[in-house]
Amino acid sequence: MSTQERPEHWVDTEPFDPHEGEKALTPEQEAYYTASQWKLMWWRFKRHRLALVSMWLLAILYGSLLVTEVIAPYNAHTRNASVIHAPPQAPHLFHEGRLVGPFVYGFSYRLNMENLKREYVPDPGKVQKLRFLCRGDPYSFWGAFEADFHLVCPAEGGTFHLLGTDRLGRDMLSRILYGARVSLTVGLVGIAVSFTLGIVLGGISGYYGGWIDNLIQRVIEVIRSFPTIPLWLSLSAAMPVTWDPLWVYFGITMILGLIDWTGLARAVRSKILSLREEEFAQAARLMGARPSRIIGRHLVPSFMSHLIASATLSIPGMILGETALSFLGLGVRPPMTSWGVLLNEAQNVNVVALYPWLMLPVVPVIVVVLAFNFLGDGLRDAADPYSD
Amino acid sequence: MLRYVIHRLLVMIPTLLAISVITFIIIQLPPGDFLSAQLAEMRAQGEQIQGGKIDYLRQLYGLDRPVWEQYLYWLWGLLHGDLGWSFEYDRPVTEVIGDRFFLTFVLAFTTVLVTWAIAFPIGIYSATHKYTWSDHGLTFLGFLGLATPNFLLALVLQYYANVYLGLSIGGLVDAEFIDQPMSWAKFLSVLQHLWIPVLIIGTAGTAGMIRRLRANLLDELRKPYVVTAKAKGLPPGRALVKYPLRMALNPFIADIGNLLPELISGAALVSVVLSLPTNGPVLVRALQTQDMYLAGSMLMLEAILVVVGVLVSDLLLAWLDPRIRFGGGQAR
Repeated sequence: MSTQERPEHWVDTEPFDPHEGEKALTPEQEAYYTASQWKLMWWRFKRHRLALVSMWLLAILYGSLLVTEVIAPYNAHTRNASVIHAPPQAPHLFHEGRLVGPFVYGFSYRLNMENLKREYVPDPGKVQKLRFLCRGDPYSFWGAFEADFHLVCPAEGGTFHLLGTDRLGRDMLSRILYGARVSLTVGLVGIAVSFTLGIVLGGISGYYGGWIDNLIQRVIEVIRSFPTIPLWLSLSAAMPVTWDPLWVYFGITMILGLIDWTGLARAVRSKILSLREEEFAQAARLMGARPSRIIGRHLVPSFMSHLIASATLSIPGMILGETALSFLGLGVRPPMTSWGVLLNEAQNVNVVALYPWLMLPVVPVIVVVLAFNFLGDGLRDAADPYSD
Repeated sequence: MLRYVIHRLLVMIPTLLAISVITFIIIQLPPGDFLSAQLAEMRAQGEQIQGGKIDYLRQLYGLDRPVWEQYLYWLWGLLHGDLGWSFEYDRPVTEVIGDRFFLTFVLAFTTVLVTWAIAFPIGIYSATHKYTWSDHGLTFLGFLGLATPNFLLALVLQYYANVYLGLSIGGLVDAEFIDQPMSWAKFLSVLQHLWIPVLIIGTAGTAGMIRRLRANLLDELRKPYVVTAKAKGLPPGRALVKYPLRMALNPFIADIGNLLPELISGAALVSVVLSLPTNGPVLVRALQTQDMYLAGSMLMLEAILVVVGVLVSDLLLAWLDPRIRFGGGQAR
């Protein structure tokens, strides 16, 4: 053994200030280093402009579901035999160069004897001034009490169909607004089902491993082998015709959720497989925590943000699924209204040629699906706030 | 490799059995059976039916047996290529769906090819021109394709194809070719009609694939070996194609398994709208009338198609990538 000469120990003569390192931080830096994980995610998320806009858009749309009855100018079921398949009425401000305020031109109606098409032409003689915060078409608010207060109503005796009417003379705009209630919530309820199933089954599969993991993996494989739409079709065809529309609605969400959970379960499983050997999981195990507590309390929360992101990305699939099912007449049934039910009327080419406004319910579908996709993208980026 | 193939084939057997059980349960789910539905319809039309006849028919079709016996009977038939009897068409199921299944297959196959043909160049372009306007534009277009319901796109495209290109509406051939033997003219007519459904069914898949290819390629391009290749003076085209692209290709092939169910689903919907002679419309009808053997066999065949597709993609992957071949069958 050789005794090596140690270098001489250098001692700083300055007085030691234990807080010196912290002083160097600017307030922004300090905020950054002390921020919680969720706060970091929020900052990260805010950088994704499109996702932020999508989030607000969706928040407004979902908020509007609470007061659909007031926003919609008509009741979804009010029929008006004098305006069947009427085209959209554009709102105007000026009539013959004079400011009237928001108004629409009333229709003059003519039956085209050549193709038997009902033709509605805006009649410049009929200036119908819109009323705001007014009493109009009666409705039952959330099925609880009767009311007739609207944000905007047609002039007395006039019509106001911003997006035209359907074959029974019902207002398209109002029907789209009412339809949003079903179409927007289908995804949420469905995702709740699939989320629960995915976490529980994926968690069990990943945590226990062995034959139970094998079994669950095979089940997932089998479910994924079915093409989704034929499977949805078969399951929803199994719902008795006599069921109440509300039951059918829950049935549909159940079906969507029951088939969707597989992807989530796989994600959960692979995460748990890698996390269950980590020290914190072992510590919990050694302290005698039950598996359900380890999974639910320690493992799942550590990748919850990823789960939320992937759940957000699978909501659009459910909305599109409901639309497709209802479009084929196997989904939500009238009198319940959803965007798919509305599109059911746009099933043949005649509609494209004669009444293109019946296809308008597709616009909110596209907007909502896009918004969820962007939101999910933003969330996915934000889910890992510590990366780069 | 042989061991891997055999292993994969053996794994398929329980999967297929489970699929057949689920299929059978699903088609048994609706209350009543085809005969009772038929009966209700006949009653509604005011026809008198003797109870004896009903019992006879029930017996004839084996509807009076216990469910598991019906299942075994059906499975036995399946194994022998006998798909059962369609009540609605009053013909063997094989006859009803034979041609249609072939067409579904052609449609799905063509769509896979077209999807690749479109997604491939666009994905590469997007990845190499990251965050340019064209990349953003293409990404947005992809999102739009993902968000638009196929069936409506089908409707609109069909209309404009009719107005501007003079294509007949609906079907897969012009009306005069229906029931005619295959000929060159008929083939051309089929091609003329095929592109609309192929394009529409492909939209969603294409959009997804572009995004995945772009992400994969971007991941690869960031790796040091690409920098090395470039530093060594490899021309940019080769530095892209030789290694990163090959690495990014794996998911492409692994995706056949995911793509097929998606395509068959899409085809089912679009076919209903475009009234194509594929499985879709018949399946919807069969489900509505509880024509159980027809619906069941179709669901089963579609699932088998998917399972086989996954098998093919797994084998291709194993062939391409030795890591999988020796990794004990962990393909996805």
